[in-house]
Amino acid sequence: MGGRDATMVLLDENGIRCDGRKVDEPRRIMIRAGGLKNADGSAYIEFGNNKILVGVFGPRDVHPKHMSNTDTGILRVRYHMEPFSVTERKNPAPSRREIEISKVIKEALEPAVMLEKFPRTAVDVFIEVLQADGGTRCAALTAASVALADAGIPMRDMVAAIAAGKVADTIVLDVNNEEDQAGQADMPIGYMPSLEKITLLQLDGVLTPEEYKKCVDVGVQGCKIVYELQKKALTDKYFGKGGD
Amino acid sequence: MTSVSVIDELKKIQILELLEQGKRIDGRAFDEPRKLVIETNAIPHANGSARVRLGDTEVICGVKIQPDRPFPDTGDKGLFICTAELLPLSHPTVETGPPQPHVIELARVVDRGIRESHMVDVSQLVIEKDKSVIGVFADNVVVDYDGNLFDACSYASTAALLTSKTPKWNWVDDKPQLVEGGETALPISTIPVSITMGRIGNHIIVDPNGDEWDSMDARITITTDSDGNICALQKGGSDGFTQDQINQCGEISVRAGAKIREILKEAQKGSQ
Repeated sequence: MGGRDATMVLLDENGIRCDGRKVDEPRRIMIRAGGLKNADGSAYIEFGNNKILVGVFGPRDVHPKHMSNTDTGILRVRYHMEPFSVTERKNPAPSRREIEISKVIKEALEPAVMLEKFPRTAVDVFIEVLQADGGTRCAALTAASVALADAGIPMRDMVAAIAAGKVADTIVLDVNNEEDQAGQADMPIGYMPSLEKITLLQLDGVLTPEEYKKCVDVGVQGCKIVYELQKKALTDKYFGKGGD
Repeated sequence: MTSVSVIDELKKIQILELLEQGKRIDGRAFDEPRKLVIETNAIPHANGSARVRLGDTEVICGVKIQPDRPFPDTGDKGLFICTAELLPLSHPTVETGPPQPHVIELARVVDRGIRESHMVDVSQLVIEKDKSVIGVFADNVVVDYDGNLFDACSYASTAALLTSKTPKWNWVDDKPQLVEGGETALPISTIPVSITMGRIGNHIIVDPNGDEWDSMDARITITTDSDGNICALQKGGSDGFTQDQINQCGEISVRAGAKIREILKEAQKGSQ
């Protein structure tokens, strides 16, 4: 809330949004698989003006040891924003918001990763938000899936993520920062397209029951677009630029 | 919660087998919450309070209302902050120290549900614009654990807020001055109700108890307002939902929420 420009038109009479997009159009998305030398797997995503780097280590020994599980591997996720990633400098210590998002992303990835194949080990996912512009958790989750795949960790599917929302009484795909501040509802969705399973879902803002169903559907359709870009990023890295 | 014994494993199998037969371990219907008992004004020193039992889960919420500085970008709005804490006496596995991620999530989800419903009309809680506003703090403490803290804390907060009396302050000599006898009810615009559902196998159950909570594949908490609209949601747990299940959960939350809202209204009436 606050700091909003009262004169900004969120949706004009032609159905064009404040940044020139149509209602069902995501922002520009660029995903690159790999890029970090030391990490076992990595990915970089630009999602609109979001810039996020993800590194994956593991499966590897668990420290502290008591955290390890004899039946399965464990997934650990740290979502972290750089102090310079937002307008006002952010305290580098993990905030309550970052701790919650780390947990939500972890739980969104767990159904995708075959952790049971690696008992007593840990897979660590480090997410660094270099620049934030609304929808970081979705962009981070999308990139984390690619980084896990890049690390060669067996997966049931990749999780693709994007937010749907309500802006100017209309359900739209991929809510940007301005729309999130001034809009009516924001619903981040993480979805495994091959398994048809929603693994991340949050909402803040008021929706009628009909809008709620529409919002979930718009988000799921958006995830399918993101999913194609995730596959393309991996194809580009492993099979040259030819894959499409 | 975290410790797993052979008995726990057997209990999980038992719970799933019963669900396959259309039954729950404590005999409830799938969409039936546990008995909700609300005692308001449990803590007279607070501006509003509630002691809530949801089955064997027990939460106490106290509301404190006091002058505060507004956030720099919202000088025309009062503050509303909701917290939640698990007390060490609530369960043998709870430890003292900095809050664990699941407790942080609990507090944030309870706060979000009430905040996003705009239950407390913070625009009416301004003493002097940009200088002094009224802060409303709803602090929940869990004193006994048997699953589903999300709803128990949400009901406790809502019941406490519904029965809160806010003092009145005037802006005198550049500081807030208490007006004796100026107490009024908080400006309330809607009654949010959170409904938490667990998925075990293909079954969706409302208000999982402690045993069911340990057996869940995934969970979802949906908050609805008095108009039957959905205003906040949080999915959790290490697995997912199908789109159909998400839609089904939305419908259940509106239906089950309406019944809980009546109990909250009764508690409000009973305290007057």
